[in-house]
Amino acid sequence: MLGLGKKDFSLLMLVLVLTMLAPFILNPFPEGSGMAQFNAGYPDLMQRFVIFGIFAIGFNILFGLTGYLSFGHAAFLGVGSYAAIWMMKLVSLNVIPAMIMGVIFAGLFALVVGFISLRRSGIYFSILTLAFAQMSYALAYSVLTPITGGETGLQLKSTDNPILSNLAEGEIGRASLFGLDMRASIELEMGNWLFTLNMGYYVAAFVMLIAFYIAIRIFRSPFGVMLRAVKSNQNRMNYTGLNPRPYTLAAFVISGMYAGLAGGLMVAMDTQVGPERMFWTASGEVVLMTILGGVGTLIGPVLGAGLIKYMENIISKINSDILHTWFAFLPDGLEDLVVTLIYPFIGKGWHLTLGIVFMLVVIFLPGGLVEGGQRIARLFGKRRKSEDGSSAGKTTPAE
Amino acid sequence: MDAIILQILNGLDKGSAYALIALGLTLIFGTLGVVNFAHGALFMIGAFCAVTLQRLLSLSHEVVDETRTDFLGNPLKVEVPYLQDWLGAETAAAVISWSVPLAILFSIPIMIVVGVAMERGLIKHFYKRPHADQILVTFGLAIVLQEVIKYYFGANPIPTPAPEAFTGSFDFGALIGMDPYTIIYPYWRLVYFAFAMIIIAGVFAFLQFTTFGMVVRAGMADRETVGLLGINIDKRFTIMFAIAACVAGLAGVMYAPINAPNYHMGMDFLVLSFVVVVVGGMGSLPGAVAAGFLLGILESFASMAAVIDILPGINQIIIYLVAIIILLTRPRGLMGRKGVMEE
Repeated sequence: MLGLGKKDFSLLMLVLVLTMLAPFILNPFPEGSGMAQFNAGYPDLMQRFVIFGIFAIGFNILFGLTGYLSFGHAAFLGVGSYAAIWMMKLVSLNVIPAMIMGVIFAGLFALVVGFISLRRSGIYFSILTLAFAQMSYALAYSVLTPITGGETGLQLKSTDNPILSNLAEGEIGRASLFGLDMRASIELEMGNWLFTLNMGYYVAAFVMLIAFYIAIRIFRSPFGVMLRAVKSNQNRMNYTGLNPRPYTLAAFVISGMYAGLAGGLMVAMDTQVGPERMFWTASGEVVLMTILGGVGTLIGPVLGAGLIKYMENIISKINSDILHTWFAFLPDGLEDLVVTLIYPFIGKGWHLTLGIVFMLVVIFLPGGLVEGGQRIARLFGKRRKSEDGSSAGKTTPAE
Repeated sequence: MDAIILQILNGLDKGSAYALIALGLTLIFGTLGVVNFAHGALFMIGAFCAVTLQRLLSLSHEVVDETRTDFLGNPLKVEVPYLQDWLGAETAAAVISWSVPLAILFSIPIMIVVGVAMERGLIKHFYKRPHADQILVTFGLAIVLQEVIKYYFGANPIPTPAPEAFTGSFDFGALIGMDPYTIIYPYWRLVYFAFAMIIIAGVFAFLQFTTFGMVVRAGMADRETVGLLGINIDKRFTIMFAIAACVAGLAGVMYAPINAPNYHMGMDFLVLSFVVVVVGGMGSLPGAVAAGFLLGILESFASMAAVIDILPGINQIIIYLVAIIILLTRPRGLMGRKGVMEE
């Protein structure tokens, strides 16, 4: 169906169901209960899940398939964001043209950067992409201030009057999709639960589904096989008479366009942009997401993006008072001890937790969360059919 | 003329820091074949060794000073460092003031322990894994170290003054026979440059003129053959890792007075140091040092007002721009060897 194999189609359907029901699934705890802070079903966070999901899917097309580790991917996200916000400032408040402009500009920028950077491989490639990204950041921060707004960035202001949108004098524009406000949401109250169905989130989720679908098609296409060939053995590819450069460049540009799409969507959600989006830590973050989820897998990057954004928003909100209420059942001295032990890892220290989790994943689970899931599945699978030998699922490399 | 000399001098201290970090990175890469993204964190740990020692030395207790009174007429309580009780006021003040240079001694054992623990505990297991995995795990380690420091020392920069004898500036112009007050240069930066040169010379001499260094160089060239000769090269490489950690740590200790240490200084320097290493040529020690000074000086030239007038923003991007140009025209960097990191 849709040109996908049975397995891929069911994966797509699973993602479809999960994203559409996310406001419910991510809000499992009733409002006002002690666990309510673990709820992730609010629009802002859900939007970030899917947007960074797109970013990571795109990064994975480059890193997962070709093995080229780009340390400057945030630059494309930034360029996409700036292009999108200018589209909204000048032409139309509709998010579709904004996103398209984001994709086009990020793609063009990726073409230039990729054309130069892909002349080298390995760490040299990483450094070249990092250099380009840092240059874009520095320029956006200083010299290009007339275009980028410098340190303060760009927002929609009351003085902006896009030609295609009829705004009243002094009215601040809002991002919309053919008149539907991105910030509009429906609140559903069911018993103690409060679910927010947000327009912006569903637009973003729909875009992510399309992006995910395209990624599956790329993974399964002859083009995707070529990209894997680049990763596994470039020499052999050369000897077969194939030039890997156009393939890697295409992958680089596609993944840059994904980043631009994510940037455009970000602007569509919050109608603002600043240069810090292009800083190298932002590039590092997408690397973390992809690795945590599982490099070279379809669903991995989305999971990784979700996990990191969840940790960033939820763990960082926990403070010592909340810890004390959790461990109140322990004797006083022990309670204090436990709280003191956990305290460095929560609140502002969530980066520490992230770093530790990331290291553990790289050391013990090089395939990320997906590999972890597969291992657990295999463990249970073995128990069920231990007699008919469970090594059938493993394939041996051709060499 | 004076402006040019001033910019060269200004570039020297940053260039020294780049050169020292890049030297350590290259040592680790040349011996163990590992790309160490946690090297900036070692630089930061060094700087915080200086902070810690300064704090330890100035640990104080309250004493009631009968001779002075506060505005209510009560006897004034003053903080007196413990050192003052033991050594007397003058010596104590001198020791506290000299805490940054003293921290060199303090930091060496710490850096050796940290370095050996890192190599034996973590990096050892990554020799056989792809470079991407090494980059990622050390990147994770860098985040962890950085956050631990942030937890204990807070997020704000901690000013760590240099010894009083070196605080001021001196008139470099008058020294070389130019008009006075044209080239004013802080003493400590000159100290830093001299210190960096000593360390660099020390490392090179160690590798060049000792038996140990000879074995290490042989191991860098052909690890297997050296192993076949019955030499435990792994042990020597671990020691080299510890030395590289020390170099980064010492660079950090002495850098503390120039730039108040904060928890992300390691990452800030690391990104640039990687550019330096790649520009110098992966695996080339002289290349790393030369590229470090070159880029440091270029950066300070690019921040001259006259240059910024012509090319606005050039000071922000010069290093990256130079890196791109060099990598595209000299693919192995300035002094890179054939076959290193070329996959």
